[in-house]
Amino acid sequence: MIEVRDVYFTYPTGVEALKGVSLTIGDGEFVAVMGQNGAGKTTLVKHFNGLLKPARGEVLVDGVSTRDMSVAKLARKVGFVFQNPDHQLFCETVEEEIAFGLRNFGFEAATVEKRVDWALNLLDLTEYRKTSPFMLSGGERKRVALASVLAWDPKAVILDEPTIGQDHRQKENLRQFIVQLNGQGKTVVVVTHDVEFVAECNPRVVLMSEGKIVAEGEAKKTLTDTTLTLAASIVPPQITQIFLGLTDFGLPIDVIDVSEAKRILLDYFEGMKR
Amino acid sequence: MRRRHKTLGVIETQSLTYTYPGGNKPSLRDVSLTIEKGEFVILTGPSGCGKTTLCRCSNGLIPHFYGGELKGELKVAGLNVSEHPIYEMAKRVGLVFQNPENQLFALSVEKDVAFGLENLSMPRDDMRKRVDWALQITDIEELRERAPHELSGGQQQRVAISSVLAMQPEIMIFDEPTSFLDPLGAQKIFEVINDLKNKLGVTVILVEHRLDLAARYADHVIIMDEGKIVLDGEPREIFNSETAWLLGVGVPKAVRLWHLLQENGLVLEGTPVSSEEATRFLREVLKR
Repeated sequence: MIEVRDVYFTYPTGVEALKGVSLTIGDGEFVAVMGQNGAGKTTLVKHFNGLLKPARGEVLVDGVSTRDMSVAKLARKVGFVFQNPDHQLFCETVEEEIAFGLRNFGFEAATVEKRVDWALNLLDLTEYRKTSPFMLSGGERKRVALASVLAWDPKAVILDEPTIGQDHRQKENLRQFIVQLNGQGKTVVVVTHDVEFVAECNPRVVLMSEGKIVAEGEAKKTLTDTTLTLAASIVPPQITQIFLGLTDFGLPIDVIDVSEAKRILLDYFEGMKR
Repeated sequence: MRRRHKTLGVIETQSLTYTYPGGNKPSLRDVSLTIEKGEFVILTGPSGCGKTTLCRCSNGLIPHFYGGELKGELKVAGLNVSEHPIYEMAKRVGLVFQNPENQLFALSVEKDVAFGLENLSMPRDDMRKRVDWALQITDIEELRERAPHELSGGQQQRVAISSVLAMQPEIMIFDEPTSFLDPLGAQKIFEVINDLKNKLGVTVILVEHRLDLAARYADHVIIMDEGKIVLDGEPREIFNSETAWLLGVGVPKAVRLWHLLQENGLVLEGTPVSSEEATRFLREVLKR
């Protein structure tokens, strides 16, 4: 659905943020883009809905170059949820906020109403319908931002650092929600450095460093390769770190999940008894 | 669960209750706690539980800046906070805010980091040395001349941390100080903070949700919910407590694994709060 071909991008300040990036994201895929601060993660995903256009190379969305499509048209297909919801929200009520995008895309009044109800319900915001977004907590504002994007039902949704400022339970709710969205066929791209969150979601991982993609593949492989994680300034999940110190017992290192870790260790102890 | 205390605390509260101006219910309710000198405390709990409010009390922003209604006792570094203005408290208590944008204001990173020291009338040469040191240990020397508001969230957080470290106050409070940093960057910052605690005897309070990263440094964990303290004690004791699990606190994966293994009949001793500990404990069991 999204195809990035050898893209270069330099900001007006002279910072070369992308230096030859190629990446294909299929329909209905779930991808996490990870890497150190300043690696170019946000710059890359801003190319997916045309907020940024490549200096060299090209980005195709459903086969059409982002250079040949307006941001408005692209946004209809690829919804973008910003890192800081305050950069996105501006209406007087939550309801208005969600209706805004829908009206802009020219939906009929009756449809707007239905979609608003649906999105409020989906993100558990119905009770805040008439509340100002700025009266809400940070976590709630993030949900409003997400609701306002999902309301127009884009094919793909991009979430920039969705777990920042969320407590453990909110993070778990978010994880379930994202997995559910993806299960219903939506393409999901998450930009994050929250390793434990990614270990629990198990998406395809794209690791970036200094404007380039240094690796991509299953979370289980990329997050457990210490050469790669070091290059991307992340640390392996805690479970992997435990197993990295047990290799001389013949145990694997590509373990990111607590339940899997439990199973492997119990099997090992069972084997010892025999 | 309540801790017993050996010595007088560097932070002590007794039945502290606080309501923000215009607030319809208290944000802190009957909070009594003792934090001892030189401890590394992790303060955690669900969003909106009162962690940030408690931090604001500790350096006098509450009640002096925010106003509102404060009841009960609050002593920090031996001072009754209500009776001592913010500038006096600030010499003793450094606070790194959750959102660095709210903290930085100077035209260059260097000036921001030097600001607190200028207010202490520190001699010029000493000040220069201290600023260099603070920039170096937070890895932002090359940002020295840059304007803080032009930096990324992660870089701003480093500047905010650097400004507080430069002051070397006896109590340092960090409210989710590394949320924008990549994991390796966050880990390095925690190491720096822990090192200062060990070398200078600084008391550290860290507000943090990501306990997988931070738990290993803690001597003392406090969990709040709805303005109250619900757990207060040793990390291992807290992470084994059913209350912590029920509250949805992010108990470290090492502890979760331990519980799962124990539920399945393995006899394991201790509670590992870090991956290194879990590895060490498991190695001993595997060798048997």
